[in-house]
Amino acid sequence: MDLLLPGLLRGVGIGSLYALLAVSFVIIYRATTVVNFAQPALMILGSYFTALFAVQLGLPFPLAVLLAMAALAVVGAVTERVAMRPLVGQPVFSAAMVTVGVFIVLTMVANRLIGPGIIVVGDPWGIEFLRVGSLTVFQSDVARTVLGLGAVGAVGLFLKRSRVGLAMRATSLDQETALAQGVDVGRMFSLAWAISAALAGLAGMLVGTGSGGLEATAALIALKALPVIILGGIDSIEGAVVAGLLVGVAEALTRVYQPLYAPWLGANFDVVVPYVILMATLMVRPYGLFGTPEVERV
Amino acid sequence: MLAVQNLEVVYEDVILVLKGVSLAVPDGAVVALLGGNGAGKTTVLRAITGLLDVHRGSVTKGSVTLDGEPIHALDAPAIVAAGIGQVMEGRRIFSEFTVDENLRVGGHRAPRAEIPARLDRIYDLFPVLAERRRSVAGYLSGGEQQMLAIGRAMMAEPRVLLLDEPSLGLAPLVVQRIRDLIVDINRAGTSVLLVEQNANMALSIADHGYILETGKVVMDKPAAELREDEDVREFYLGLRQEGAASFRDVKHYKRRKRWLS
Repeated sequence: MDLLLPGLLRGVGIGSLYALLAVSFVIIYRATTVVNFAQPALMILGSYFTALFAVQLGLPFPLAVLLAMAALAVVGAVTERVAMRPLVGQPVFSAAMVTVGVFIVLTMVANRLIGPGIIVVGDPWGIEFLRVGSLTVFQSDVARTVLGLGAVGAVGLFLKRSRVGLAMRATSLDQETALAQGVDVGRMFSLAWAISAALAGLAGMLVGTGSGGLEATAALIALKALPVIILGGIDSIEGAVVAGLLVGVAEALTRVYQPLYAPWLGANFDVVVPYVILMATLMVRPYGLFGTPEVERV
Repeated sequence: MLAVQNLEVVYEDVILVLKGVSLAVPDGAVVALLGGNGAGKTTVLRAITGLLDVHRGSVTKGSVTLDGEPIHALDAPAIVAAGIGQVMEGRRIFSEFTVDENLRVGGHRAPRAEIPARLDRIYDLFPVLAERRRSVAGYLSGGEQQMLAIGRAMMAEPRVLLLDEPSLGLAPLVVQRIRDLIVDINRAGTSVLLVEQNANMALSIADHGYILETGKVVMDKPAAELREDEDVREFYLGLRQEGAASFRDVKHYKRRKRWLS
């Protein structure tokens, strides 16, 4: 019992981060039916910009985070306009390949900016923890949960309630009909990329918190979002949140219990857990927990 | 007035679908555009509303003007803003959205403050929709979905409304209601371009009619004259003095038609 609760809390913390990353994938997928493989690079640029504003320029941390998200939104919108828009109407596979190219380019840019060093995002909580009774909770886990789920909730509310959000959802359902209602579909694509990149930027900040810092190669943590979007269903924001939390908790609990009960699985087995879940999902429910089953007539 | 002059449309750079089509929709009129499958009726609408790009088509000749202003170079959202509304074939409602959300998408370009008033006006026109404003649109009946599609287009308060086969797949009684609604909308001041295979319905409300065959206008007459025209009666209205049309008659008609066009 003294292992379970801390494990769960760590899991919710990391799970919220996964959820945030997964939602950033889902938003671009819903708008354009493209899985954006450039997301890890956007995330690491988020870490870089947060570090730039908070540490190098010494701005207050919340302001630095907002500025970093805004910077990422611009990067996202520009990327969409330059690299993705010419591919509208082309096969989705081509577009996905272009996102791989975008990933490489943005990673180069990030490497150049960051250099061989370590990014310290300058978060105010670091490795501090809260003590509730006999329980200790890392502040970084609290920050991840509150900010991650908060941002996802805000985006969800925007999509659900606002006029532009409605137009974005309409675009994701039927582009031609949305056009016929006067919705500027291209602008919706840009907006989707901007929102998604801003979320990835926030995730970049959250990845960099809680520890001493982060190397440029940490970008690959964003790929943990892939098992999450498969489990949640690639077109569902709710699914991404639930699946993110599930994967995070499964990973954290494995880290706690596997060395005790199944040491023969080897060290660091928890790293594999998301992918085990991924494979199991693909076998049982290939469209995920909340996704739309796709019927294709042959 | 919406005018299409000598319009030529090519798909995929090679397939010539419209070969010089001209037609006019005067202010306040109901104009019917009739023709069989593949005649190019939907393509005419796409060319007017700027949706050819989506289907890899392009206007290679001719023009579309609204009150003399050319609009064929504008993109679809700008054409909606210019005052042209469209109900696409097959209704194309957002089936996962509620009725209310569908209508709000239709009002995307309308001034924010006017949305409630416009919604009220649509719900007055379509009381069935008012009852079901919170229901998911995909669960409406075919006729209700068609009304929703028309209501959605009317949210933009267009000056000209283009309707693509609004009677498609609906029961005769429902077709009657849709017909009456189109008359109501027209009386309220919106001109209508009605594309139909159901020539009976279309000619019963139209002022003027065009018959399109393989990309050309082969007949262009006031609706009253079209209703009396022997060929139209025979091949579009399915009315004939005695017996059913036989294959030989059709061939005969085709020969006659080649003469005409």
